[in-house]
Amino acid sequence: MLLSLKDSIDWMNIMNQKIQDNKQYLTKLDQAIGDGDHGINMARGFNEVVSKLSVTEYESVSDVFKDVAMTLMGKVGGASGPLYGTAFLKMSLASKGKEVDQQVFATAVNDALQGIKQRGKSTEGEKTLVDVWAPVVNFFQKEQEVLPNALINCASEAVEESKTIKATKGRAAYLGERSVGHLDPGSVSSFYLFESLAEVLEKGA
Amino acid sequence: MKKIINDPNQVVQDMIRGMVAAYPSSLKQVPNATVLARKDAPVANKVALISGGGSGHEPAHAGFVGKGMLDAAVLGEVFTSPTPDQVYEAIKAVDSGKGVFLIIKNYTGDVMNFEMAAELAEAEGIQVEAVVVNDDVAVEDSSFTTGRRGIAGTVFVHKIVGAKAEEGASLVELKAIANKVNSNVRSMGMALSPCTVPAAGSPSFELEENEMEIGIGIHGEPGIERKAIASADDIAEEITNKILEDIDYSNEEVAVMVNGLGSTPEMELYIVNAKVHQLLQEKGIKVYKTFVGEYMTSLEMAGCSVTLLKLDDELKGLLDAKSEASAFRI
Repeated sequence: MLLSLKDSIDWMNIMNQKIQDNKQYLTKLDQAIGDGDHGINMARGFNEVVSKLSVTEYESVSDVFKDVAMTLMGKVGGASGPLYGTAFLKMSLASKGKEVDQQVFATAVNDALQGIKQRGKSTEGEKTLVDVWAPVVNFFQKEQEVLPNALINCASEAVEESKTIKATKGRAAYLGERSVGHLDPGSVSSFYLFESLAEVLEKGA
Repeated sequence: MKKIINDPNQVVQDMIRGMVAAYPSSLKQVPNATVLARKDAPVANKVALISGGGSGHEPAHAGFVGKGMLDAAVLGEVFTSPTPDQVYEAIKAVDSGKGVFLIIKNYTGDVMNFEMAAELAEAEGIQVEAVVVNDDVAVEDSSFTTGRRGIAGTVFVHKIVGAKAEEGASLVELKAIANKVNSNVRSMGMALSPCTVPAAGSPSFELEENEMEIGIGIHGEPGIERKAIASADDIAEEITNKILEDIDYSNEEVAVMVNGLGSTPEMELYIVNAKVHQLLQEKGIKVYKTFVGEYMTSLEMAGCSVTLLKLDDELKGLLDAKSEASAFRI
């Protein structure tokens, strides 16, 4: 894989479309086990991201990721803003001055995952977006070749798997056992992120 | 949804303008930020205190800005933590060079956003310390989970740390006193009816006409139990006993706060307070000072919370110190 500057911008545009299309759905998922603002906050944040990207000239993927990070941190709020913001900031640092091939990208998403874990003081198995990011990182590190469909499958299976987990972090943790059987909204929005990436890679392939 | 608002997406901005209009001599808005600060900030030779969080908990937190309490409050969207850049603007606006102390309620989002702001400020050479308040006994406390929520007990942290800062205490001393208050304060709430976040437009949860929820959070998060409504005495007893089980208050002196969640008549809060006092007296716990009213609300939720703070001479003195905050005058 090779993620070009244009690919990185397309990625964010597709992601924004998915978030806007599923804003109500994300909010509904969050009302069930959280505080019901995930859809509203993510839609506000990614709308700002595409506005910012559309009026700025970029020289590198790293610069795009940096602006995505700063915009999400400044516009989303709640827990998602710092987590997604940290993820993109780490990806920006890891891809600085580099061509974003599979190896660089694998390092970038791994750094992002470590950043999310550190910021959220969380780990695998706590019903958070970590449960989607961790298998996806593994995918980029282990696969010989990045096949878009395989990436979608990997993320999709991770989301389904997270349904069975009892929440111990985030606001869903107050529900304890009652959180089992529900989808974690942050895992679902992370799925959209990797599904968007797969669609960009498919087009470029 | 039936609310006195203009635009559901502008409620925070509109409220800020209204607050500044109400207290023009003591409050100011930090330019381009959803931050309300003391008019005279930064105050020379004093560590600045900042709190904040989602809006919808009025008078928390901006009502506690004033001499003797907070230097600034950061206002997020309704029930949504403010972003790090907003908290950072607050830090820059109130730091006198002596450092800034953050009072954070224990919610995942609040902790992350305030921590990121603290890192930004530290990178700019501003010293920052913080306390994370977690007084809600309704939530199981465990190092493996998010832990207890911060609710009305946070107001006592604002008051006491604020008084200490006014005396000229250092960041290290403020952190110590904040930890002391946090480890001696416990709260629990209950609700009769839900609330509606303006941008969402529908109630956050439902309660039947004859139901109440014990142990509910200030954003309508689930509590311990949903059951048939009981008398004020029974409600007061259940909440108070749960608090007393959590730490040993026997033979101690306490401050009591009976807090309305938004649409509970004061009459009902006083009825609850009468029973709380009776129970404490029976257990040999002496009440030093009582606060009844709205301090940490949840929009228009009907219900109340009870907070007990264990006091020693130091805490008594700081609790009695003068405060000019609009919602907590002493």
